[in-house]
Amino acid sequence: MNLDPEPRHVEFRHECREWLNTHKPTVPIASMDTLEGFEEHRRWERVLFDGGWSVPAWPTRYGGRDCDLIEWLIYEEEYWGSGAPGRVAANGLSLLAPTIFNFGTSRQQDLFLPPMASGEHIWAQGWSEPDAGSDLAAIKTTAIRDGDHYVVNGQKTWCSRGAFADWIFCLVRTDSDSRRHDGLTYLLVPADTEGLERRTIGRLDGVPGFAELFFNDCRVSVDNVVGGEGRGWKVAMATAGSERGLSLRSPGRFMAAAERLTAMVRDMVDRGEAVDPTLRDEVANIWIRTQAYRWQTYLLAAGLMDGAEIGPEASLGKVFWSELDLELHATALRLLGETAEVANGNDWLDGYVFALAGPIYAGTNEIQRNIVAERVLGLPRR
Amino acid sequence: MRFAFTDEQAMFRDTIRDLFADLCPPEAVRAYTQGDARRVEGLWAALAEIGVLAALAPRDSGGLGMNEVDLIRILEEAGYAAVPEPLMEHAAVAVPALASAGSDLLEPALTGQSTVTCALETGPVVAGLVVDAIVAQVGDDLLAAVTSWDAAPLSSIDGSRRLGEVTFDGSAPLIGADAVLASDRAVLGTAAQCIGVARRLLDATVEFTTQRHQFGKPVGSYQAVKHHLADVRIGIEFAAPLVYRAAWSVSRPTLGADTRGRDVSMAKAAASDAVDRACRGALQCHGAIGYTYEYDLQLWLKRGWVLSAAYGDARRHRKRVAESLGI
Repeated sequence: MNLDPEPRHVEFRHECREWLNTHKPTVPIASMDTLEGFEEHRRWERVLFDGGWSVPAWPTRYGGRDCDLIEWLIYEEEYWGSGAPGRVAANGLSLLAPTIFNFGTSRQQDLFLPPMASGEHIWAQGWSEPDAGSDLAAIKTTAIRDGDHYVVNGQKTWCSRGAFADWIFCLVRTDSDSRRHDGLTYLLVPADTEGLERRTIGRLDGVPGFAELFFNDCRVSVDNVVGGEGRGWKVAMATAGSERGLSLRSPGRFMAAAERLTAMVRDMVDRGEAVDPTLRDEVANIWIRTQAYRWQTYLLAAGLMDGAEIGPEASLGKVFWSELDLELHATALRLLGETAEVANGNDWLDGYVFALAGPIYAGTNEIQRNIVAERVLGLPRR
Repeated sequence: MRFAFTDEQAMFRDTIRDLFADLCPPEAVRAYTQGDARRVEGLWAALAEIGVLAALAPRDSGGLGMNEVDLIRILEEAGYAAVPEPLMEHAAVAVPALASAGSDLLEPALTGQSTVTCALETGPVVAGLVVDAIVAQVGDDLLAAVTSWDAAPLSSIDGSRRLGEVTFDGSAPLIGADAVLASDRAVLGTAAQCIGVARRLLDATVEFTTQRHQFGKPVGSYQAVKHHLADVRIGIEFAAPLVYRAAWSVSRPTLGADTRGRDVSMAKAAASDAVDRACRGALQCHGAIGYTYEYDLQLWLKRGWVLSAAYGDARRHRKRVAESLGI
């Protein structure tokens, strides 16, 4: 065990911090879930890409820096610590990219990864359907082969970034007689495909955060299948581990928020305002849980660098960070007291609304707890 | 930057785990706890022989020259086995303090001829009825060795504690030993034991709920039970790394007492919460049998309760973290 930062890590952190401080937007930009904000965030993705800081953990040939896991965690700490905007490309970068790296052909890698890194293609996930949420294997959208194309019919919903995204990565049923996990295929669909109709859905605060997608005889090239026809479930699940664990929400994000939370209390103390001892206790607890997530991740990273793999253990992290995020923002709102409802410029309120979705997306926490119980602890399925 | 234990550390842990399983099975814990046995037979001598008692003394004092990172998983295993003797107080607190002061009491402590506990907080002394010497805090920043005292027995909910209300007959100052460091070591060692107790409670409950059937199915197949135990597992998953991180901080004098203290308090706050949750979950998922004295679960339940509060409960340590954050 050696927790002293190596000189190259100190240097890397410094380089990262300098670049972000020089290049990050100087004024806040609009929510990425509005059309205007989406395009502003896309421009920020391009700035990151041009500076070589969009996808540091990727190979250099796709615009990355070949960073190892430790460097990537440092980058994430610095990224969120800098107060730079959220990543509108995140769903593609953390959910689709690992799949393309693992299962994509080299042609697909060359075709899809660079524009994903530069923000030219922003991706949305098209997995959930009206009758297939937690029970993902119940999806009904079909993609029937017709020559060099599939003809896609069906409906996807709760599709984050789906209203404005350029591409959708979908799970579809390529064998209409199949049931459950069989006969599913991982298919990449251009959002401008003829017959694809998008309707925005206002989320809790009214912002069009997601969309429902209607596929009416959409023709999609067979070249857009990732990992082979009928292997969609395996392909989707193989990378679900890293999605729920390390890559989707890294500790740096929560460390930055916990830092802002403690700064808020420190300011209150400096102004001579009374801080309720219960809230002080809660803030300390948030800080501790944030550090717990950080060190659990570094422990995991050391294992991964030694060749271990994350399996169902990723579900432990998903429950932990999503509930931490919610508590963190709820604590901030409690500190704001009666003014917490005022929405103008209230980042804590926006953050709270976003955090409320955490225990639901990427597999509800009930599903995650089942996975922990059955596949980590080995309790009987039935 | 590498947050991992070495192969040697893992082997040391495995060896001690096996040793505890052999020499300190639940029957031995129960006999000690009920007062039927004065000591766990053979355990102290075996721990001395294998070097656990001498781990934190420098080589030139006759120790192994190990540090807290080497010892932390051993203390976790002590919790897992519910070792009832004052191993943490002796090996993690008293030995390094005696070594720093160059005390004559060190040598018998390393060879296992003596057992030394510590008295760092006001209130009854753990194993005060059993030991040969006490490392006591006698001033704000002063430790002293006590070899003669009166102890009035106090019964604990956990009989293994052998609490004594102690009155010293005099003490010899341990010049060179750091009282704040000793306290942080006790907090850290207790946190590690909390993790071990929580792991054992979880393992026992997974086993029980897999075998126990109700309504024609294992009770562990019911989602309510699964979610209790998933939460216990999550608590442990995110507390243990803070304990290991704190062990590193204690082992690195250059980090400074503030960082060390904050890290140790984060570890104890998380470990206390984790073991509390494990106790509640384990008892609830066992049902009535877990509530009985005859069933061994109670040995770990009670250890969890007392260690969660020992050397400061979660709230007290969160307060220390809050102070270090300037809030």
